[in-house]
Formats: sequence, structure tokens, C-alpha cells
Amino acid sequence: MNSMNILIVGVGGQGTLLASKLMGKIFIDSGFDVKVSEVHGMSQRGGSVVTYVRAGEKVFSPVIDLGEADMIISFEALESARWLPYLKKGGTIISNTAQIDPMPVIMGNAQYPENVLGRIQDLGVKVVSADALSLAEQAGSAKAVNIVLLAIAAKELGISKEECLEAIRATVPQKTIEVNEKAFELGYNI
Amino acid sequence: MEKKLLLGNEAVAAGLYEAGVRVISSYPGTPSTEITEAASKYDEIYSEWAPNEKVAFEVAVGASFGGARSFCAMKHVGLNVAADPLYTASYIGVNGGMVCAVADDPGMHSSQNEQDSRHHAIAAKVPMLEPSDSADALFFTKYAYELSERFDTPVLLRLSTRISHSRSLVTLTGREEKELREYKRDVMKNVMMPAMARKAHAKVEARNKAITEWADGEAFELGINREELFSDEIGVIAAGSTYAYAREALGEKASYLKLGIVNPLPEKAIIEFSKKVKRLYVIEELDDIIETHCIKLGVSVIGREVFPPLGEYNQSLIAKAILGEAKETLSFDGEIPARPPVLCAGCPHRGLYYALKDMNLYVSGDIGCYTLGAQAPLSMMDTCVCMGASVSALHGFNTARGPESAKKSIAVIGDSTFMHSGITGLVDIVYNKGISTVIVLDNSITGMTGHQNNPLNGKTIKGDPTTAVNLEALAKAIGINRVRVVDPFDIKGTKQAVAEELQANEPSLVISRRPCALLKSVKHPAPLTVDFDKCVGCKACLKVGCPAISQKKQENGKTKAFIDPNQCLGCGVCVETCRLGAIKEI
Repeated sequence: MNSMNILIVGVGGQGTLLASKLMGKIFIDSGFDVKVSEVHGMSQRGGSVVTYVRAGEKVFSPVIDLGEADMIISFEALESARWLPYLKKGGTIISNTAQIDPMPVIMGNAQYPENVLGRIQDLGVKVVSADALSLAEQAGSAKAVNIVLLAIAAKELGISKEECLEAIRATVPQKTIEVNEKAFELGYNI
Repeated sequence: MEKKLLLGNEAVAAGLYEAGVRVISSYPGTPSTEITEAASKYDEIYSEWAPNEKVAFEVAVGASFGGARSFCAMKHVGLNVAADPLYTASYIGVNGGMVCAVADDPGMHSSQNEQDSRHHAIAAKVPMLEPSDSADALFFTKYAYELSERFDTPVLLRLSTRISHSRSLVTLTGREEKELREYKRDVMKNVMMPAMARKAHAKVEARNKAITEWADGEAFELGINREELFSDEIGVIAAGSTYAYAREALGEKASYLKLGIVNPLPEKAIIEFSKKVKRLYVIEELDDIIETHCIKLGVSVIGREVFPPLGEYNQSLIAKAILGEAKETLSFDGEIPARPPVLCAGCPHRGLYYALKDMNLYVSGDIGCYTLGAQAPLSMMDTCVCMGASVSALHGFNTARGPESAKKSIAVIGDSTFMHSGITGLVDIVYNKGISTVIVLDNSITGMTGHQNNPLNGKTIKGDPTTAVNLEALAKAIGINRVRVVDPFDIKGTKQAVAEELQANEPSLVISRRPCALLKSVKHPAPLTVDFDKCVGCKACLKVGCPAISQKKQENGKTKAFIDPNQCLGCGVCVETCRLGAIKEI
């Protein structure tokens, strides 16, 4: 790997920041220069959120541009579609199958598109999807959705299990380590 | 020496620690907040949240008088509030070094305007440094204190969202303790009356010249300004985030003049650099300040004619403008509904807005989470200008339209915003015989910026107990006789109380009090669920705009309300909307 651009997208409050922090740490521990760009503030509140993780020999810009992402890790199906223009040709989407209706859909002013992930696949994009919420609940906490998705992405990227678990143990609060380890195993083995 | 992946803001905090800073006072504001949060973790530094940016700036000025290295941080619009002390502190200079960080928000991720704070540096005639990544942020912060003490000036550190909120590698060294400098009374230097200020102004003009020379010379030796020569065809002058975008987009197809000091700008260095390339671009987000400076120097550059004055830049915008390269991208075949931010499930503001929704009120709004109530379906805001304006602008509105207007209008303002600059507006109402009704949405925390303590919640920045301002007593002391406290989850009680206060022929303060649902100390009742036998799918519950409530198709094809148990916090506001009693505890 010479360089890696990963977009982590989802809905504010889903734990995308922890996922990007962990990704950043894993790449640093592998000896890369890393930049991670986060969204704080207003967008925390149920809005569409994005964080960028970039790794390479030397990274200048903190943001990933249109058509530059090797991978999009999406915490919600519709967000995979929203951020699709950022994916490189030949890139991969890791997506939660969860559907979270945005307010215009709740209000009946817009439609949530049918079969979002299938339609993305039809464009020739590799999509790896999973019901991350069920797996997280199985591990013991609905909050571990981020770790489940991180695990699927890590496997896809060929990052070793031990490397990831080490980063997780060093980053998450002590009392959640067990749940997160379990969530990681479940994600890694889908 | 330790290598770490730090946010730009955390790197500034590390720089403050290493520079031996002793006193920090700030007001939270995205994207600047994490600087002070991170700095408050160091025991060697005294840190505090001030009620507003003007107070924060003045505390830092006072600490500098007292001989300490001092600091304050704020967002771009916060510097407007602190502009008064800034402009005169420039004349006075410093004793202990003083730095103020100001974080701009190009693209307005979380702001009400897109102003360029470099104008303040120019107008106040103080030096301004601008880092391009976290390593710069650490180094520039530390060096800003050398500049401050050497040139006898406060220094501004300009950040932007992408620098503040991006993580990159920094190398940490240790703290270098700085002894308090001696304090000596010096009226000529520190008391700004006309006679002293005239002399001080002359000193400031000379200082500006001296720092320009520094920017042309030593700043290059230190690496704060830097030339990177690759091409004699294309040259780029950039600073901060735009240097990072340009360097990525153009690689070695261009030469760069990276500026770390953006006020005063170097002169000779720009002229020299312009001679080394055939085409010279200035890339700067927001206003064309460097470009105007180049024109003044007689250097011909391309800037605003190809780069927009709006929003954030990125690699492709620069590559397209300079190299004419455009990228092909994938796109989803179909409409993608927008996902705007919303009030969280369980948010007390929702209860208040829902209670008042049918009263057909003019709502004078303010800055905070509750500004989100302006959007459908709550649609409970008419205006929002700046911190504190809800109260004073309501007084203006009602003064223009007469006493009947005051009976159909309210101001909504959060607890922290009220302490920031709502109090003075309330004094104005009382003093000038207004009868307006002001509602303080007291959720015991500064919410939008990510949960900072404030003078009303009885906790310091470190979470230690302190004296809490008594809002009821404060209102009474100002001269408000009618002070009411309501629970925003008590929809009927809230509605009735506000209706009564609107009718009163004197000013009222209603305190809508319930802590933010996201506070760890708040215990929630069990989530609610929909009784599908009773629900007829009338959608009335959707009018509260709760992200936990949506519609779901049943197996029999009928659409009914659905409450997501993972999101619902059991606040019960939606229960009030259902005339069939279909929403119940699980």
C-alpha cells in the first residue's frame, strides 16, 4: 500500500469519530504519515456527517476530494449513495444496511430510495454490507456499530486482526474493551 | 520526544503548554472549542470558560499585565465581541506574552457567517500567524509568544475548520516554565488616554514596519514562511489550509510561497518569488487579502478571477482552475433526500417549541442548538442574528410595532447565550419600559459546541463545583417582577404559563428548565412504543420532528408510526400529540 484514502460517513451521533480515530491510529502504527479530518459542532445533531482518513508517505491535504476515496465506510445505507461521488473507480463501499430516515422523509416530503445498496452495486461498485446494528447488539451494545464496520473494513484492507485489536484496546474506555473486542470478532468474521 | 496524532486544536493546546502559558480564558465556539478543553487537562495552566469572548480577551490582557504568558480562544464571530479590547491592547502591547486564537469557518459548517478574521489583524495592526497542519499549529503557537514579547504586541493565531478539526502528526517536547515577569506601574504604556494613545499609535505603526521586515527575513530562517521551488512555470502563494490543498493538487508542477505570517505580509519576499515563475496564483479562501497586497506591491497575480470568494476550497477546485483538469465521478442514479441536522431525540427544546407551536408567535431567535427549531416541522423561529440578539432585537421589534406586538412575540435564548450577552438586552427592556416576554432555555450546559460548563450550571471548566448564577434572582435584581419557571416536557403547563406572561403589561422572564438529554447525569425513562392496534397512521406525532419517530409499512400494507427504541429517550412529548393514546411505554 502506497497511500490510502478512506471516507467514513454516517448520521451524527453514530460514532464515526471513534472509527476515524482508530483508523488513523492503525495507519500510524504501520509507519504512515496520516491526516484525519473530522466534523464537530452543528453536524453532530442527526445530520449527514463525514470524516476523512488519509495515509501515505506524505499527506498534505486533510480532505479527500471527489473520485479520490479508495474506500467508503458508511454507517447508513443512504449515506453510501450521498457520498458515492467521492469513491475512486474500482473502490469499495463497506456499508451498514441500516436505514435511518432523514427528517424530510419522516415528514413525507421526500422518498427514501428503494434498494440503495443494490443500485450502487449495479454501477459496478464493490459493496460489502452487513446489519452492523444486529451484530453490535449481539456483542452487547448497540453503540459498537462503529467497531463492527471497522472490522469489516480492516479485513477488506488486509489489516491484521491483532493490529486492530491493539488499537482498539489503546483507544476505547477500559470497561467497553470486552464488548468492542467481541464486536470486532463478529465483524471480522462475517 | 513523543509523536502523536493531534487535532490542530489539540496541537495549539500542546503549544501553549510547552510555551509555559499560565492563564487561559475562552468562550466556546466551533471550531475553536477543543483548544481550551485540551489545555484545561494540563494542571500547570489555569484555564477557564468566560461568559463571553470580550471577558475572555480582557482576562488574558490582565494576566499579561500581571507578567504571565496568557491566551484566549474564540471563533471568528467571537472576535467581533472581543474586538474592543483587541484594538486597544494592540496599542498597549504586553508584559507577559499574549496570544489570541481565532478560528474561521469557511463553508460555514457551524456558523452564521463566513467572515475573514484577517481583517481584524489588519485593522488592529497586530501580527497574525496561520498554520497549515497540526505540526505548524504547535510550532506557531509557541513561537507566537516569542514574537509577542519581542515586538511588544498581542499576537493573533488564525485557524480554520479544516486545520482545527484535522488530526496530523506532531512531535511533543516538554514544558518550558516561564517565570512571571515583574509588574511595574507604567501609566504611559498601560493607561490609554488620548495623550498616551497618540504616542502608542506611532509606536504601533513602527512596530508594523519592524514585523514586516521580520516576515521578509527571520520568518524564512525559522521556516514560518517558506519557498518551495519545483517549477518556473506556475507559482502559488498560499497560507493555512489552501497551501495544503494546493500542495496536494499541484504537487511538483508548481512552486510555492507558503506564508505562515498573514499579517503583516512580507514585501520583498513576494516580489522576489514573483520573478521566479511565469504565472503567479494567489490561493486564499474567503477574501482577497494577499492578492490585494500583491497588487499594491505591483506584482501581477491571478486570484479572484479564477477562485471564488465563497466556501471551502479543495484539491479539485484548484486543479481545475490552474491545470484545467476535471475528474469523472460516480453518481447515484436517483434523488437523495437531504439529511439536515435536527434536535436530538429527548431534547427539552422540542417540548418548549411544541408547546408554543399553535400560538402563532413571532419568535426572536438566538445562537445554539435551539436554532435548529427554525426548520420544519417545528418551524419556530423568525429571526436569528448573533449571540444575544434575540432579546434586544425583540425589544426593537416590539418598539416598532407597539404593545399588541409584545403580546404575540417571544425571544428564545439558551442559558449560556443569555449569560454571554442576553443580560444587557434584558436590562434594556426593563429600563426602557418594554413589556416583552423572554424565554431562557436553561438546559444546564453549553450544548451546540459539545457540552461546556457555564456560569449558570455551577461547574467550572474542570467540572469542580462553583457558585452558580441564580437566574431568577438576577432577573428580579434587574427589575423583572414576573419570573416563571416551567418544565418544557409539561406541554400544557408551559403553554399556559407563556400565554399568561404574554398578556402581562410588563416584561416577563420564563425559564424553561430541563437538562440536555445527552448529559450523562440525566436518567431517562424507558423508551416509548406505538400500539399498532390503536395507531391509525394520522402522522400527528411526526409534527414534533423527533428523529426517533418515523413511518413504517405494516405487513397488512398500512403505514403506521414507528418509534426506534435505540433512539427514543422516553421524553413523552409525542404522547401529547396522539389523540388516540397509541403511544405508550414498552
